[in-house]
Amino acid sequence: MAEYCDMIKRSTYKSSYLPYLLILPQVIVTLTFFYWPAVQGLIQSFLLSDPFGQSSKFVWFYNYKEIFTDPLYLKSILITFTFSIAVASVSITLGLFIATMANRALRATALVRTLLIWPYAVAPAISGILWLFLLHPSYGIVALAINKWLGLDWNPVLYGNDAMAMITMASAWKQISYNFVFFMAGLQAIPKSLIEAAAIDGASPFTRFWTITFPLLSPTFFFLSVMNIIYSFFETFGVIHTVTQGGPGGSTNILVYKVYQDGFVGLNLGSSSAQSVVLMTLIVVITVLQFKYVEKKVQYTG
Amino acid sequence: MVEKTPILDSFTYVFLMIGILIVGFPMIYSLIAATLPLEDVSRVPMPIIPGDQFMVNMTEAWTRGNLGNQILNSFIMAAGITFGKISVSIIAAFSIVYFDYRLRVVAFASVFCTLMLPVEVRIMPTYEVAANVLGPLQALWDVLHLNSLVSWFTGNDFEMRLNWSLLDSYTGLILPLIASATCTFLFRQFFLTVPEELCEAAKMDGASPMTFFMKILLPLSKTNIAALIVIEFVYGYNQYLWPLLITTDPGMTTAVIGLKDLIPQADDLPEWNVALGGALLVMLPPVMVVLSMQRWFVKGLIEKEK
Repeated sequence: MAEYCDMIKRSTYKSSYLPYLLILPQVIVTLTFFYWPAVQGLIQSFLLSDPFGQSSKFVWFYNYKEIFTDPLYLKSILITFTFSIAVASVSITLGLFIATMANRALRATALVRTLLIWPYAVAPAISGILWLFLLHPSYGIVALAINKWLGLDWNPVLYGNDAMAMITMASAWKQISYNFVFFMAGLQAIPKSLIEAAAIDGASPFTRFWTITFPLLSPTFFFLSVMNIIYSFFETFGVIHTVTQGGPGGSTNILVYKVYQDGFVGLNLGSSSAQSVVLMTLIVVITVLQFKYVEKKVQYTG
Repeated sequence: MVEKTPILDSFTYVFLMIGILIVGFPMIYSLIAATLPLEDVSRVPMPIIPGDQFMVNMTEAWTRGNLGNQILNSFIMAAGITFGKISVSIIAAFSIVYFDYRLRVVAFASVFCTLMLPVEVRIMPTYEVAANVLGPLQALWDVLHLNSLVSWFTGNDFEMRLNWSLLDSYTGLILPLIASATCTFLFRQFFLTVPEELCEAAKMDGASPMTFFMKILLPLSKTNIAALIVIEFVYGYNQYLWPLLITTDPGMTTAVIGLKDLIPQADDLPEWNVALGGALLVMLPPVMVVLSMQRWFVKGLIEKEK
């Protein structure tokens, strides 16, 4: 880490004040809106205060004990993991599939890219509205198709599993274009000679995909899994808030929504801070894992 | 591809078409719904031939949702975040890469740590900071007992109360979201690839650091800046949780949040045509930005995550 941060130009400038002045805005913003709140949150997670913020007392790990014995919180963890894995697998599978097809369709690549890229710009909340309309129990066309053709009693307003499926679709839909862009770049970086050599040896397009393309895409694959999981941890807040508000019966109450609910609506500061700290730790762990993997990859390719 | 596979090729195009249709379907369907009158849109299934009520629905969404004002707010927020993030981080990266000073590594490491931890994990305390952005200074002042020190020094009773609230302001919408290292990191990576000779030559010609930055580094960074403008604009425009927290004044609400009021609830008329019309209007600015600057956007997206 220290070595990594130490990269610098061979020829540098010397000045006693200028470099400090240049980095000052970033440092001030980071200290005020990142480090200070992070430390405050950590302190607050050890305090128990009344809802009006009048008094607080130090309670050690009480808040953590509370949340980890709260069945609602444990359920929320389970929901968050199910949700993020579902979003990641749906959007990565579709993104990879479409990118592989688009990579074969040599003549139309630019047009295909234009047609596939725009959902990236749609806010998760808006994606939620579009999918709510498609899956609405009384007006949705897709809901109608599910009821009629699959014979299921589809109702995301009443049933938790249906609501989960709905927010998964709404959240995964806009990530397809994100994953598509990365898989497309990954596919185009694979040397043509490798594919050709395998073709001369008589490998079919499918064999080539599974034995050459897919393994070579594994760094992209791993990276996208991390990014999609982080996306579904946080940015999907808009989908939940607009479409389900965590319901029905808490079935879509993901961790970040619960932090918001308990903190801003329920005014339970201690519990909300403890939840934030847990969330932060989770993300740090995921990020560190990713960095480790990336380092390995760098060694491997020399 | 390598060999001729006509059957597989035609399958490829068919699957590609299906893929594009799946991705485009929610949009196309909403677009049709937004052109229909209320009695058509509430029929199940609704007709798939576009109606003639597009402008009516759009106008209704525009006035009912106060979208003009909200899109303006979103736009100011997005532009502020884009401009703020890029300008703060490009000079910080310049400082880190081109100067050798004692606290360089510390400064970079402390900024680097903010990568990957979005504002969502620290909403409560960040909200408190936004409610009084001078709070940290006040706390420092109190811890050091500077009140009594000043009182003792001047001989009078002295108490300092610092208070500057960012709630319901554009500053509050913008500043906390600038606290992220992603752009700094990208510029740093880019500056490291700039040939050493450029800086050496500039030095030899007697250019000051700032001249080198303005005349050489900034023009070289044009593509990177363009790419970041797209990414950060979309990021800023689509923010949800932070604006939801710090704006209570309806006049400061952003468009993505305001749309929620247009969704028909159980007891309302099912005016989905208006709601979807509003949704299409609100998503238009970032979609236009991405489509019109597609080339830079794709490049930036991939470079940013390296």
